[in-house]
Amino acid sequence: MSKTLFDKIWEKHVITGEIGEAQLIYVDLHLVHEVTSPQPFDGLRSTNRRVRRPDLTFATMDHNVPTKDIFNVQDQMSRLQMDTLVKNSKEFDIPLASIGDDKQGIVHVVGPERGLTQPAKVIVCGDSHTATHGAFGAIAFGIGTSEVEHVLATQTIWQVKPKTMGIKVTGELPKNTYAKDIIMGIIAKYGVSFGVGYAIEFYGETIEKLSMEARMTMCNMSIEAGSKTGMVQPDQTTFDYIEGREQAPKDFEAAKKYWSQFYTDNESDFDETLTFDVSNLKPMVTWGTNPGMATPVDQSLPEIKDDNDANAYEYIGLHPNMKPVDINLDYIFIGSCTNSRYEDLEIAANMMKGHHLAPNVTAWVVPGSRAIRNRAIKTGIAKIFEDAGCEWREPGCSACLAMNPDKIPAGKHVASTSNRNFIGRQGAGSRTHLASPAMVAAAGIAGHFVDITTDEFV
Amino acid sequence: MEAFVRETGRAVVIPNDNINTDIILPKQFLKNILKTGFGKDLFFDWRYNADGSLNEAFELNKPAHQGASILITGNDFGSGSSREHAVWALTDYGFRAVIGGGFSDIFYMNSTKNGLLPIVLPEENRKILRDVQADENIQIDLPEQTVTYKNYTFHFDINSQWKEKFINGEDDIDNTMKYEKLIAAFEKQRPNFG
Ligand code: SF4
Repeated sequence: MSKTLFDKIWEKHVITGEIGEAQLIYVDLHLVHEVTSPQPFDGLRSTNRRVRRPDLTFATMDHNVPTKDIFNVQDQMSRLQMDTLVKNSKEFDIPLASIGDDKQGIVHVVGPERGLTQPAKVIVCGDSHTATHGAFGAIAFGIGTSEVEHVLATQTIWQVKPKTMGIKVTGELPKNTYAKDIIMGIIAKYGVSFGVGYAIEFYGETIEKLSMEARMTMCNMSIEAGSKTGMVQPDQTTFDYIEGREQAPKDFEAAKKYWSQFYTDNESDFDETLTFDVSNLKPMVTWGTNPGMATPVDQSLPEIKDDNDANAYEYIGLHPNMKPVDINLDYIFIGSCTNSRYEDLEIAANMMKGHHLAPNVTAWVVPGSRAIRNRAIKTGIAKIFEDAGCEWREPGCSACLAMNPDKIPAGKHVASTSNRNFIGRQGAGSRTHLASPAMVAAAGIAGHFVDITTDEFV
Repeated sequence: MEAFVRETGRAVVIPNDNINTDIILPKQFLKNILKTGFGKDLFFDWRYNADGSLNEAFELNKPAHQGASILITGNDFGSGSSREHAVWALTDYGFRAVIGGGFSDIFYMNSTKNGLLPIVLPEENRKILRDVQADENIQIDLPEQTVTYKNYTFHFDINSQWKEKFINGEDDIDNTMKYEKLIAAFEKQRPNFG
């Protein structure tokens, strides 16, 4: 019978249960961070349980980490959560990349970087953007607190199989448009909930040509489309990315052979399909308070259709018929599990090279991991940011969710490479505009958004 | 997980509809590392005055209600953010059951994971239960699926899977470990490329 990529991986992981009901699924990789793990570990302790497979578990710190002075955690609760992870990792024998460690960083950046994220795995983490790992052709999704404890104790999870949706992406990406613009374009077109109840697979000629970093950006924002999981079929690009990494399979040829059987047989196998053509794609910018409230950079902001729009405009301090070039920026943020990988930083740096930030703009550049940070320092990319007037920070989630000291002040506009522009997400009263790293970097130089597909830039 | 078979206890009535998880436990209490200790913050904004003193008019604070184990409430209890902390706050306070007109799906699921029995009863039944005095008991019999108060006995529905889980005091992990052999067998045949 012909099947989807998702179906094939799912079937390989069912331990018991029938389709349509909750099935017991084996978890190949459980990623852990300091915010959603304290209670699960406490639960294990109080019931005298152990972690079943510490060898399939990996912990790091990201959400609370101060990125300016990484070893100086001022917030008491943040410090307590971080200290607790250190203690729990020791007690339960789990490998931990703590602050200062070469492997530390945003959990969804570090997993792939270590080579832990591999095709055909089931990967979970107590964080919704776990979908990122689906870029490798894995089933990856976020789980709740009780489920974290359940996975620690049993290495399994009860799940009802979702339906599948194929999103076929076609056309050649115009110069200076990126994966971020594709996924933002898809969400702007189809809305923030079309993916609810579906596992999404992105495929088509455009996706095949994307780098792993770009595929991760797409899958990362499947959440913003309402889906718990996004994925891309593993191919040579995937294998090349993994080969040689610390945790890559030792018998790589055998692994590659195994991985190669995971692909969707026929488009008609999906429960639902959508298409998206990128031939005329423009860089995207959000103007409102959810990721679907986005517009191509060269177009006017939309008319007010309902209360949601009216409330969004009021919060963000803009009005219809303005254009993204009219949005005066106070901050730019380059970081988060959506766009803080080396390739993202390189693209942003190329935009900034030889320029300086606009006078009123504060810029935070936050690499996704220490390894990325070290590499960028070595190759001179960090220097380009610093010369442009940016603050070059330590790895962590930073202003993506502002749970740490990196908060955008109330009323300030920030161009951000992250994934959520919800009210208060980047600090109480903060006004977020999501865009690609290239767009955000160029906006920092200009002090407002600019169309980077015009002659001046390409 | 503590088993729930029968409970005879005193009840507190907080009859409002739409009590969401932000009311049950406001978000400032989420940055914690334990599942316990949330009881004192339960219904924080209703329970305490702005200056931090006890709001003596609030039902939960009345001396006669101390030690109550059953909460009687309105429709749509536990909506809003999916935080499991809301359930932890109710159990930590000492509640063993909540009787309401309806519960949000996620709150209901979270309750079944933490031994807090959610009971759905129609308004006509709850109207009678709301007369309960501070020194009167209510009996809940889960095997029989009944709530008894004075001469009244009301039947409630519950999915047999959840019912069994409560009665056996099994948590999800216990339940899954019944399949331990299958899990171990699965682990043996997992592909491993070193
Ligand atoms: S970078 Fe942002 S979205 Fe990603 S894990 Fe951290 S807080 Fe979540």
